Amino acid sequence: MFNDIGLILPELVLFLGAMGLLMLGAFSSKDATRTVDFGAIILLLVAAVLSLTQSQNGYATAFNGAFVVDGFAALMKALTFVATAIAILMSRDFMAREKLARFEFSVLLVLAATGMGMMISANDLIALYMGIELQSLALYVVAAINRDSLRSTESGLKYFVLGALSSGLLLYGASLIYGFSGSIEFAEIAKAFQPVDGQLPIAMTIGLVFLIAGLAFKISAVPFHMWTPDVYEGAPTAVTAFFAAAPKLAGMAIFLRVMLTAFPDAIIAWQQIIIFVSFASMLLGAFAAIGQQNIKRLMAYSSIGHMGFALVGFAAGTQDGVSGVILYMTLYAIMTLGTFACILSMRREGGMVERIDNLAGLSQTRPFMAACLAIMMFSLAGIPPMAGFFGKLFVFRAAIDAGLYGLSILGVLSSVVGAYYYLRIVKIMYIDAPSEDDYQPMPRELSIMAGVMAGFALLFFVYPAPLIELSNGAAAALLNGAGTDVVTGLLSRP
Amino acid sequence: MTLTSLAFYLFASVSVASAFMVIAARNPVYSVLFLILTFFNSAGLFILMGAEFLALILVVVYVGAVAVLFLFVVMMLDIDFAELSEGFLQYLPIGATVGLILLLELLLVFGASSRLADSNPLPRATPEGMTNAEALGRVLYTDHIYYFQAAGAILLVAMIGAIVLTLVKSNNPRRQNIAEQNARTKEDGVALVDVKPGQGL
Repeated sequence: MFNDIGLILPELVLFLGAMGLLMLGAFSSKDATRTVDFGAIILLLVAAVLSLTQSQNGYATAFNGAFVVDGFAALMKALTFVATAIAILMSRDFMAREKLARFEFSVLLVLAATGMGMMISANDLIALYMGIELQSLALYVVAAINRDSLRSTESGLKYFVLGALSSGLLLYGASLIYGFSGSIEFAEIAKAFQPVDGQLPIAMTIGLVFLIAGLAFKISAVPFHMWTPDVYEGAPTAVTAFFAAAPKLAGMAIFLRVMLTAFPDAIIAWQQIIIFVSFASMLLGAFAAIGQQNIKRLMAYSSIGHMGFALVGFAAGTQDGVSGVILYMTLYAIMTLGTFACILSMRREGGMVERIDNLAGLSQTRPFMAACLAIMMFSLAGIPPMAGFFGKLFVFRAAIDAGLYGLSILGVLSSVVGAYYYLRIVKIMYIDAPSEDDYQPMPRELSIMAGVMAGFALLFFVYPAPLIELSNGAAAALLNGAGTDVVTGLLSRP
Repeated sequence: MTLTSLAFYLFASVSVASAFMVIAARNPVYSVLFLILTFFNSAGLFILMGAEFLALILVVVYVGAVAVLFLFVVMMLDIDFAELSEGFLQYLPIGATVGLILLLELLLVFGASSRLADSNPLPRATPEGMTNAEALGRVLYTDHIYYFQAAGAILLVAMIGAIVLTLVKSNNPRRQNIAEQNARTKEDGVALVDVKPGQGL
């Protein structure tokens, strides 16, 4: 029992800490938002460190196999928690100026992070569902947190209804899978889901498809992406920044874990689904974003496209592919947070602006912000030597090694199409004439974040080895189930 | 006819009749009261089946919480339910069709399961010599503590969410201050005014 508690320590710290912060906020006589925000950031960073130290234990399960801790979970959890902490830090100025500053926001984000941790470490279907619901419920609430705005409440409601539908699909798939395998544990399911004559029995495939549909919704992959643009546009920008990074990391992590540990032999059945989803996401992300005028909507389509690119590595199903996905998602989270640090700074005298035209001539009025945003755009487009290029390089290389030539070629082509709208933003910022009214200066936290992320994206190619090795170690830990110690292995490297 | 089957027919007929009254009653308050009667009789049916834990939950959760909540809503909201339920007979054909399909499906399932039960007896839901409340209690806080606590966390988030999205902080909350009330004297609260006749104040 105490061993079990040691294994869930990061989640436990977050959950108990969230309750403590809730009490602090509810009972303190003056406004405790600032204290709660910093408390939440500290909690998340502590949890990230705790989960990294856990990878020393190697592979271990808790609560009769419901919860698993391995190198993969440790790395993905640490990334998710740090992404959430950065999202809280970036939200503070925005929430205060938009009169949305409430201590419950950070508490809900910490609880969402708890859910993400539970998701990433889920080792059976019930734990998976519980983690997803804990995360999603908190996300629905923060999407609607600006309850006086029609757009925000609409986005919260839309997200809630579609999220409930996807949970229904996921549960239906889970019930079918349980029916056929007689177990909810991933390892037992893997034994039952064996192809017969090179094909998975059709009924099992149906269960698998429903499960994939539910999970694809969480990472907003086509054809389950419909909610993304509306939710991203309607939710307050600080919330969108959070949505675009941490939940995507956690969703992709659990997607990888479910498919590779519960259905490793059924790859012939799910590989073609992932290929289709990846292909459709890349194309939609590339073409639908072209006509967008609102930068948050553009980022929504961009994130759909990026999920497609990450799934290219997933479709390969190899260790290199998984490692590519982890690297891609990490770089994607950094680039997205950096971009949103700039979007959160698009504030004029009259309030926030969101149109892409509003960026005209930014290079003359706010050169630092324009430079950061330009680096992010080059990186998102995947232009070497920016970080985004290496993410694409690794997933496409894995796909080619696995013989997925068609998917790789389409991926590269849609990446070229996508470059158009990223570069258009750079063109608007650097070539178009500035409009009359000036942007307000970037808040300090946001300029630091944007600078750090842009510096990372720009200089990643100088020393990419640590991140690549971390991804490789995590992928090996996921696929072999062996206790690969990701962190100390890296630190003790000669 | 044994006592058990007598009890079954009593509970079953009363619950069907009161379920009908739920939709037939004109006054929504009566509907909710009939709903409570239905819940109690269904709980009786559960006890007859040996599922006493479910029976208890049904009474505690549905009668104790949900039905009372309904009553509050019905009484506090000014909704003309009579107007809402007007002409609901026009839905009778489609309702009857749905009911018929459901009945057929149930018959099919029963037919199939009774044949299966002969060949392959289903495992018992609870271990021998243990009530099902005890059987649940043994695993709920031990083997399944993780899921149980996770469900608790989800409910906590739901509660925080409901408060965040609906609570409007009033600038002028009228709170009761008992000490202040008790400390009030006649001089604070009462002013004697000498009103001259025919002049008013």
